Amino acid sequence: MVADTSNQPNKPSIGDYLKNNIREYGLLVALVVIMLFFQFVTNGVLFRPVNITNLVLQNSFIVIMALGMLLIIVAGHIDLSVGSIVAFIGAISAIMLVKWGLPAIVVIPACLIVGGIMGAAQGYWVAYQKIPSFIVTLAGMLVFRGLTYVVLGGRPIGPFPKEFQLLSTGFVPDFLYFLNPRPDLIQNMVALVAVLALVGYAIYAGVRNRRVNEQHGSENEPFVFFAIQMAVIAVVALFIGYQLSTYRGLPNVLIAMGVLIALYTFITTRSTIGRRIYAMGGNVKAAKLSGINTERLTFYTFINMGVLAALAGMIITARLNSATPKAGVGFELDVIAACFIGGASASGGVGKITGAVIGAFIMGVMNNGMSIMGIGIDYQQLIKGLVLLAAVFFDVYNKNKG
Amino acid sequence: MDNIILEMRGITKTFPGVKALDNVSFKVREGEIHALVGENGAGKSTLMKVLSGVYPAGTYEGEIYYDGEPRRFSTISDSEDLGIIIIHQELALVPLLSIAENIFLGNEIASNGVIHWPQTFARTQELLKKVGLSEPPATLITDIGVGKQQLVEIAKALSKKVRLLILDEPTASLNETDSDALLKLLMEFRTQGMTSIIISHKLNEIRKVADQITILRDGGTVETLDCQTEDVGEDRIIRGMVGRAMEDRYPPREPKIGETLLEVKNWNVFHQHHRDRQFLHDVNFTVRAGEVVGIAGLMGAGRTETAMSIFGKSWGHKITGDVLMRGKPVDVSTIPRAINAGLAYVTEDRKQLGLVLINNIKENTTLSNLKAVASNGVIDDRKEVKVASDYRSKLRIRSHSIYQETVNLSGGNQQKVVLSKWLFTNPEVLILDEPTRGIDIGAKYEIYTIINQLAAEGKGILMISSEMPELLGTCDRIYVMNEGRIVAELSKAEASQESIMRAIMRSGEKH
Repeated sequence: MVADTSNQPNKPSIGDYLKNNIREYGLLVALVVIMLFFQFVTNGVLFRPVNITNLVLQNSFIVIMALGMLLIIVAGHIDLSVGSIVAFIGAISAIMLVKWGLPAIVVIPACLIVGGIMGAAQGYWVAYQKIPSFIVTLAGMLVFRGLTYVVLGGRPIGPFPKEFQLLSTGFVPDFLYFLNPRPDLIQNMVALVAVLALVGYAIYAGVRNRRVNEQHGSENEPFVFFAIQMAVIAVVALFIGYQLSTYRGLPNVLIAMGVLIALYTFITTRSTIGRRIYAMGGNVKAAKLSGINTERLTFYTFINMGVLAALAGMIITARLNSATPKAGVGFELDVIAACFIGGASASGGVGKITGAVIGAFIMGVMNNGMSIMGIGIDYQQLIKGLVLLAAVFFDVYNKNKG
Repeated sequence: MDNIILEMRGITKTFPGVKALDNVSFKVREGEIHALVGENGAGKSTLMKVLSGVYPAGTYEGEIYYDGEPRRFSTISDSEDLGIIIIHQELALVPLLSIAENIFLGNEIASNGVIHWPQTFARTQELLKKVGLSEPPATLITDIGVGKQQLVEIAKALSKKVRLLILDEPTASLNETDSDALLKLLMEFRTQGMTSIIISHKLNEIRKVADQITILRDGGTVETLDCQTEDVGEDRIIRGMVGRAMEDRYPPREPKIGETLLEVKNWNVFHQHHRDRQFLHDVNFTVRAGEVVGIAGLMGAGRTETAMSIFGKSWGHKITGDVLMRGKPVDVSTIPRAINAGLAYVTEDRKQLGLVLINNIKENTTLSNLKAVASNGVIDDRKEVKVASDYRSKLRIRSHSIYQETVNLSGGNQQKVVLSKWLFTNPEVLILDEPTRGIDIGAKYEIYTIINQLAAEGKGILMISSEMPELLGTCDRIYVMNEGRIVAELSKAEASQESIMRAIMRSGEKH
């Protein structure tokens, strides 16, 4: 123990910093390596504009659900029912839109509310009756799947009205076309400008944050890491932005996903409710004795998951243009795997939104890349399973060593 | 009769920062009941764990002679092979298995992994008869009372061909009838030549059965009294247990006592799990501004339960009674309400209940009062850093920075983080439950200094401690609890280790 009682915290060395944060950097490196690998073995198909767009559309719902699942896992629970919620929401949206002819503007909020109620129905048993979440949501998984069959009568319903389909197939219109310097190359100027602005803001915010931290003596990551990290993110983002701008531009889903990622990052890192969820997952008894209403917090976490699953359910249904009773089968496993690959701890209290998002994209890129390569679903499953195990082993190994 | 079966010589055992045993020696004669007494923390249980191999040879200094030969036990089964069986205070039975399954757990009568049930049941019945039980061997442990469970433990020991039986506070959770039955059994075993070591706080029981009494204090042997050659009275034992000069281990303080802050009236609480058993009976006490009030008592006296039941009803059920702050009744039915009423509770178990160990100092410091560093649910990082840094320097928390995970801090510094957390809620009355447990002497002094500062600022302190010298050294007034009741209130002038012990013993005999 260092006998340092001064107010100024010591600066950790670069080596220490890398050791303490190897998980986060490792994850980013892994994603980049996996992308480059598939880019290479697919002869450049992976990063074609149309495929990037597909990647985003195919993975958006996993990412969106991973945001909620991360909070559940950090809180020390699990939710196995999200795949079934996806299917059920798809079913009732089909009934409301196709059978009853209600407008999307009414159906979308209604579905979000129903999702919240489904989450609440499970959260009640977990939070207030202290039934393990594994059991409650396993029951939920069966019940909601059953209800989906009941509602659909066992048959798919579709197609959906155009306005609802825009949820997943729409693109941000190119209202900046007049700025376009190379109309022969770039199809959508908004995508490029948006990505440029985003990267610029990220760098500005990062630098400002470091300055504020310095002034207040808080911890900063070493500048080298900051610079490398920023450079990697900027290059990847600009590249993807450019590719998208040469196709149809930014998908609506990407915007929704980006906003949600930002929102949940904010909630987990800056809000009191986020802090309390981490504390509760880290030590529920200590959190309770510190005056935190742990039951209510758990309850809210499940409602939140239900709402996000409902949103994901609508996006998938709109994309498939059909509500089927088998929709979303096995999704819960992809979502949970994304969180664990992203560094969440199965015992709660540990995990980051950025980790879960990167985890989801690692899964997504592997799914997509292997499909392009023509690898069958059998081997895809096998490989994904091994990647999950390896990622978690990496965590455990690091922990034991440290 | 004077055949020495066991001798422990010069046993020294250190834990990080604490010397639990310091050059302890004692001898046990074959066929006797040897009592081991001492205050909480004197080192009795540690000594028995050394003997039984829970702490393997090599992790302590000193020698163990058994049957005249030096022995080095590296696992519990090494000592069990020689017939040394220990029954811990917390019973080691599996509640949902049967008596027979428990007795032969890990030692099954089986061939090729297939259990021989008829033989198992027959053997069990024999063993149960020896300890005076007539339950069918297939009865589940959870369906029999604690007294009978204790007897099952003894039957289990008998199944292992026990020669030296060690019982750690066997009667602590038993009523009088069950205790008597157990003691009678021990005396019967003595006539059959079995040796027993019994750790107990109940001096009247010890006087009844013991042939020799060894007294431990602060990790050292004080003396061994032979009950056959002299008449050993309880006062004699108590003097041995506590007779030590008060050293200069407590910072001086000039108490400035003000108005009554906390008053608890007619507090009755039923047990958390045994729901029809009343655990606390008519507890009444007060804490005044600037006053440090102690609660003394043995383990299981109900001190922690009193504190937790007041603090947001976090222990027990069917809680009745009144809590008043500055003379006005307050609502303490949930923890947030108790905090609002001006209470803070620093738990005795800082790792399990006090800290979120995987979170850092900053996050633990603000946990109970997050809204004070946030606006509209958004944490103001600068404010939070300032609060945590201020407490870190004010309480002299030794760490790299406020970003250090609390799991990596020493016990004393962890305790200071817990104190920071509660001080940041700005309470009027702090309840400190064993605030210096497992902390080295230097850090203890610092904690006492903080307690004095808080009292000087006009806060009321209620301190629960099992270390009597600590209570005597820091408190202005001491309540003594036993078996869920407050049995004495002693002013600083009246309080001494003898008077506290006497109050506990006298009340224990009444019930």
